[in-house]
Amino acid sequence: MTALFFYLFSTVTVASAFMVIAARNPVHSVLYLILAFVNAAGLFLLMGAEFLAMILVVVYVGAVAVLFLFVVMMLDVDFAELRQGYLNYLPVGALIGLIFLVELVLVVSTWTVSPTALQLPLAGSPTVEALTNTEAIGRVLYTRYAYFFQASGLILLVAMIGAIVLTLRDRVGVRRQIIAVQVARTPEEAVEMRSVPSGRGLPEEVS
Amino acid sequence: MSTTDILLAVGLAALKSVVLLVCLLVFIAFALYADRKIWAAVQLRRGPNVVGPWGLLQSFADLTKFFVKEPIIPASANKGVFLLAPLVFAVLSLSAWAVIPLSAGWAVADINVGVLYIFAISSLGVYGVIMGGWASNSKYPFLGALRSAAQMVSYEVSIGFVIITVLMCAGSLNLTRIVEAQNQYGIFGWYWLWLFPMFVVFFISAMAETNRPPFDLPEAESELVAGYMVEYSSTPFLLFMLGEYVAIMLMCALGTILFLGGWLSPIPFAPFTWVPGVVWFVLKASFLFFMIAMVKAFVPRYRYDQLMRLGWKVFLPLSLAMVVIVAFVLKVTDLAPRGPEAVRPVATEGVVR
Repeated sequence: MTALFFYLFSTVTVASAFMVIAARNPVHSVLYLILAFVNAAGLFLLMGAEFLAMILVVVYVGAVAVLFLFVVMMLDVDFAELRQGYLNYLPVGALIGLIFLVELVLVVSTWTVSPTALQLPLAGSPTVEALTNTEAIGRVLYTRYAYFFQASGLILLVAMIGAIVLTLRDRVGVRRQIIAVQVARTPEEAVEMRSVPSGRGLPEEVS
Repeated sequence: MSTTDILLAVGLAALKSVVLLVCLLVFIAFALYADRKIWAAVQLRRGPNVVGPWGLLQSFADLTKFFVKEPIIPASANKGVFLLAPLVFAVLSLSAWAVIPLSAGWAVADINVGVLYIFAISSLGVYGVIMGGWASNSKYPFLGALRSAAQMVSYEVSIGFVIITVLMCAGSLNLTRIVEAQNQYGIFGWYWLWLFPMFVVFFISAMAETNRPPFDLPEAESELVAGYMVEYSSTPFLLFMLGEYVAIMLMCALGTILFLGGWLSPIPFAPFTWVPGVVWFVLKASFLFFMIAMVKAFVPRYRYDQLMRLGWKVFLPLSLAMVVIVAFVLKVTDLAPRGPEAVRPVATEGVVR
């Protein structure tokens, strides 16, 4: 059963990852990317990492990919023109791919487990029955790795502030709604009561 | 596990899902009718009153109408995505119901990360809207889809923080445990009282998340005709409509679980505890739906910049502050729920630094 789902999820992940680069329409590429994300979340689920699976869907699919899709849909690109330089870049792309492949093979084939890690007492780690996945991650993340966690939060904050600073323009002459001013208005300054004589109307005022 | 066991388990899950979906869809048919009746009553109209006694069968008549009409696909539409979008939207909003416990132990899948699952699935709902708007290849649907994407992503943030405050009080991501954590002092033990500001934020954000009036800007008929649904007709339109109402009911159910004590009786002694939990659950969810229907009738539509201001400048700081305050109070009063004590943090011993 698990094996069946593993092959299902991994096949769809690989196939949709391929379609991300093969699709002619960039919007379709992003949609395939989303499919790949969702299936990767399925693979996480199979490994029992339910919290990671859900966070993957919430963060990457629910927020990041939406922004991708947003940008790609708004772009007005001539796709045929974009395709023309395709073959020129092929050798460079193939070279980079080859380098990555060789590196991966080197890393995987010479993989050893550190002797220190083997000596670590396993008794300290929580069992699956005692703790839920989420709690287990929380106990490590907020104790042992608290500083790293805070540091990564700070990096994200800096990135966010940077993006705001880059795009913030203080335009003059733009009418803005200031809610506080609106709420603070009283009937006295907003409305003027005049009694209009019948048949004559108000005298014209030069304003 | 033998093959028959697996087949039995799968069959049972499928049977449960079918029963749940049928009940849900019939309930939604009448919720739609109630929605229109309430709206009509506020405006001193009579509402649907022709089909069946008091117009009760109006939703079924509409359903039949959508089925027998001809689906029209615009010539310049991206056909695959165009037809996929309503399917994605409806299936996603229906699949979120898998983890909702209608009574003690009644969930189809009682998973540990139930809240996160619902949060994840409802954040995916935006794709149906964007895909539909983009694939229609027409300006009004596209504008509607863009608005909707921004709106749903914005209000998800505040819903996320609201959920975090509830999780801190309940100490679990499992929906059943969240309800059980509220099982004290009857109606006064539920989180609507303890986390009242968060309840208000959740209620308003839920309406924005599901594109309900007064936040129905993606389909504001005075500006965008019908937003992302303009080009849809017949069954694809029905799927969008259905998905929207299922998502609204899901938000009502989620509000019931997080803030109104789920299936618990408001008065915690007999004879009220003899009433089956599902009755209380449906009553509470219907109450929330009634409130949402009333808001639709009362409140004028927001302007788009006001909507964004409310989400980012009011709800986000408020809910963020509440997360800090609730955490502080739980820590100081030592009320925070604790996990199993005997387990030490992973791998902190024997590590050579």
